Amino acid sequence: MKDRYANRKYLVMALVLVAALILVARLLYIQIVDKTYRVSAANNALRPVPQYPARGLIYDRNGELIVYNQAAYDLLVIPVQTSAFDTARFNQILGITMEDFSIRMKAAVSYSRRAPSVFMKMISSETYALLQEELYRFPGFYVQARTLRKYTRPLASHLLGYVGEVDNKLIARDRYYRSGDYIGISGIEKSYEENLRGTKGVTIFLVDVHNNIKGSYAEGRYDTVAVPGTNLWSTIDLNLQEFGEKLMRNKTGSIVAIEPATGEILALVSSPSYDPELLVGRVRSANFSMLQADTVKPLFDRALMASYPPGSTFKIMNGLIGLQENVIRPSSLFSCSMGYHAGSLTVGCHSHDSPLNLPQAVAQSCNAWFCNAFRNILENKQYPILGEAFDHWRQYLVAFGFGNKLGIDLPNELAGNIPTRSYYDRYYGKDRWKALTVISLAIGQGEIGATPLQMANMAAVIANRGSFYIPHVVKKIGDDGSPAPLYMQKYITGISPENFDPVIEGMEGAVNGGPGSTARGARLDSIIICGKTGTAQNPHGKDHSIFVAFAPKDNPQIAIAVYVENAGFGSTFAAPIASLMIERYLTGEIKRKYLEDYVLNLVIRPDAKE
Amino acid sequence: MQRSSNILGRLDWVTVILWLVMMIMGWLNIYAAVYNEQHTSIFDLSQRYGKQLVFIIAALVLAVMVMVTDNKLWFFFAWFIYGFFLLLLILVLIFGNEINGARAWFSIGSFGLQPSEFTKFATGLALASFLNAQRQSTGWRVMAPATAIIMAPMVLIALQPDMGSVITYFAFFVVLYREGMSIYVFISAMLAATLFLLTLMLGNVPVASGLMVMAVIALAVTSGSMLTIKASGVMAVTGGLSYLAGHYLLGLDIAVIIVVAVLLAGVVYLWFIYRQKLKMPAVIYAFLISGILYLFTVDYAFHNILQPHQQTRINIMLGMETDPYGEGYNLNQSLISIGSGGFLGKGYLNGTQTKFKFVPEQSTDFIFCTVGEEWGFVGSVVVIGLFVWLLLRLLMLAERQRTIFIRAYGYGVFGLFLGHFFVNIGMTIGVMPVIGIPLPFFSYGGSSLWGFTILLFVFLRLDAGRSEYLG
Repeated sequence: MKDRYANRKYLVMALVLVAALILVARLLYIQIVDKTYRVSAANNALRPVPQYPARGLIYDRNGELIVYNQAAYDLLVIPVQTSAFDTARFNQILGITMEDFSIRMKAAVSYSRRAPSVFMKMISSETYALLQEELYRFPGFYVQARTLRKYTRPLASHLLGYVGEVDNKLIARDRYYRSGDYIGISGIEKSYEENLRGTKGVTIFLVDVHNNIKGSYAEGRYDTVAVPGTNLWSTIDLNLQEFGEKLMRNKTGSIVAIEPATGEILALVSSPSYDPELLVGRVRSANFSMLQADTVKPLFDRALMASYPPGSTFKIMNGLIGLQENVIRPSSLFSCSMGYHAGSLTVGCHSHDSPLNLPQAVAQSCNAWFCNAFRNILENKQYPILGEAFDHWRQYLVAFGFGNKLGIDLPNELAGNIPTRSYYDRYYGKDRWKALTVISLAIGQGEIGATPLQMANMAAVIANRGSFYIPHVVKKIGDDGSPAPLYMQKYITGISPENFDPVIEGMEGAVNGGPGSTARGARLDSIIICGKTGTAQNPHGKDHSIFVAFAPKDNPQIAIAVYVENAGFGSTFAAPIASLMIERYLTGEIKRKYLEDYVLNLVIRPDAKE
Repeated sequence: MQRSSNILGRLDWVTVILWLVMMIMGWLNIYAAVYNEQHTSIFDLSQRYGKQLVFIIAALVLAVMVMVTDNKLWFFFAWFIYGFFLLLLILVLIFGNEINGARAWFSIGSFGLQPSEFTKFATGLALASFLNAQRQSTGWRVMAPATAIIMAPMVLIALQPDMGSVITYFAFFVVLYREGMSIYVFISAMLAATLFLLTLMLGNVPVASGLMVMAVIALAVTSGSMLTIKASGVMAVTGGLSYLAGHYLLGLDIAVIIVVAVLLAGVVYLWFIYRQKLKMPAVIYAFLISGILYLFTVDYAFHNILQPHQQTRINIMLGMETDPYGEGYNLNQSLISIGSGGFLGKGYLNGTQTKFKFVPEQSTDFIFCTVGEEWGFVGSVVVIGLFVWLLLRLLMLAERQRTIFIRAYGYGVFGLFLGHFFVNIGMTIGVMPVIGIPLPFFSYGGSSLWGFTILLFVFLRLDAGRSEYLG
């Protein structure tokens, strides 16, 4: 058969030769003609060096610095570059033994002989100063600057949180982080990590075969500049925080103080606490294990993570809901004969005048009054079945922020618990429970749980007469910034402002009233404090003492919740602590030295029994 | 045994020796590329060089197995083999493992098998079988199905997506060219591929302008200067007027104006050609118009149909996204390592770039860096020389065939080796965009080594039995 296209093989052959020629010509150019590659034959390796930005600073609400940065240095080693040197002197500077030296050196060698690895982390500036002078004598070693957190006062450790190295799981998930990077692990450091961390930069150096830096690569074309982290302005009043932590010393519990008009948290105390410096730098992991092993749980942030039954402080809620649902009036009278009696059921009460109206019942914390009120709420004829009335009751509580996380800008907040209708339906059978079945809810006991934060928020809602901003701890992101948008949004609870008047009157009476009032220990001559005591039942030991309050009565500046664990009745300890906090915040000083000394000298062992 | 010794006698030993030399050189370079002081034994099976040795031994076995087959097997089962590997390509889309964003691998224990490496020889067989039956008739009735045979695996591989492998299939157009595909279709295909890349790399407007300049040059070459001046004048005036009208009177988008201007200029120009009864200018013009329409389609499809991550992938493939830790960095590193090799190289195992492992994928797609750095210009030229020798040898073998089947298959083998050789080495020295395809017999990896070995030895077997009647 005739091959009509036989001549085409020549073009194909030419194609091969042209392709080869192009490649050879290009190789000739880059390998022999072009000087740039020949020059870089000596120094052709690149070393990207990350540039760590300074982490954002944290100020208190008055502009006082709380957290700043100190320089620290990682000592790096490139094993192939080391040669014989005075190891004795070297170890002396670093304060390590010869044995320690060999272990670290072996670890570095097993990582890589040619790549730099960390020989010693976070050397102090003092050691660095010594080392720097003699570093030329230790070939193969060089330092890389890092920043560590430093605190102006040993305060607010739970709130601020701490910074540590990223773990491998996060490195796999988030491309920003590389092994050895720092990240906020708890508190503000965690929730505002993206603001505080800034943006890492990178400088790419040309290094020779001996890994000595020969200059910047491509005239810095691929370098990026580190952007420092954003400063944060906390809502915390550092002086008030310090005072609160002092008052809570030798006690277990927490204080949450909020500015009602804004939802800004003024103080957030959880006791026992720890010095934030313990969790910085090289000592961090050892101290962390020590704190974690401690039986009093200093790492546990009780203000956000402990849920207690609110006890009598919860009567306020039932009073407000009853008024709003029109099932009680401020003037409603209920009698009390040492308690509430219905058939075989008795809810005991202490001795006081009878009958009482709403303000008096709040002031004297009458159990019987609120059992009646609660029964009226649930047996409301407006609703066809009791379960529906219960749903409405629960909705008011949810609107106050109970039963769900409030959404504070700190990690690990607890939701607390407000039982649901379906919970009781499951427990007792559908609609087979009555007001009396769940009567303990009337006085804040039973299946109910709330965090100190939620209780302080309740006090803020009352101070505001029905509305609130979600409590938060950062008021400005950046020196001229604003809080996160979530915290600029006002929430309303569905209780009409006028319904707060009789309750507030009762809370005023509790502190400032005559005999029978439960919280006279919190009274302050110059300022009208409105408060309510409570006692959280504790199955494991002595009951917890609770006090919620706000002040002054008109134009409130501070709302507060104080919990003292195992301290018994709320009036005994929680009330004076709250009172001192209010005095300190509103007047800037403490006139009642005797009360301050009394509280400071109190020691309440966490294992106290009744 | 009479028959098998005949086969060995007729086997083209030059090619076999080239094949062996390349595999051994590849192995030594893989050893240099992944060399580290903890594992200095070249036979260490935990390292890539150890594994590559296993792959090479398996390749030898494969080669022997192919040699003991009968030519009739490849001829009669060409379509069956083709169908089988297409099926594997479908299965890998369903059951395959995703590695580096492409579903291209079957995992068998710790080894991965990449079916697209084997589909190459199957496609070559099917194409050869088809063309053999056509007896060099070259109408579109022949060339369209032939193109479809090439396109089917391309489409399936594009779905993985492994665009690097897809591009290698364009090599089969060499077969079609040799067997009589119209020179114009051939040029169109090449042009389409070039335009595709150019459009994505440079943008549509510069490429369109470039095409127009080329059209004018083509006109000048084919039709004499007077006619060129007249034709260009007609086009320029019409184009310019419609551009001005579109831009200043209608305020249209630049891309739209250019298309309209070219089309309008074209209509006037066609009328001019018709009046003069010219054939060549008409052809040139048809190329120009279809080229411009095509590149605008590519541009539109790229920016409006592909997802952003697919765009990024293609951009990275084209080496367009420069990122200090991304592809731009790779190319730079590759250039530094080859460029620093100089005339004689730094010597075996003395490559600093190689040792510091600055070039990613150095044992696979960037194996040529090791050659360039440690063996220098001399070594590089030797490797290129080996490939040229192999390619020309393959051409010679293909040309001595009496059946179209073997010749067409041989051209397919030739085309694939040429494509891989040029694109792979080209990308390491910056004359081609970074496209992830291996350098035959050099790059680390079982699938590619075995794929290329089968590809080559089926041809050598066919060549050894070329006097047999295939019927």
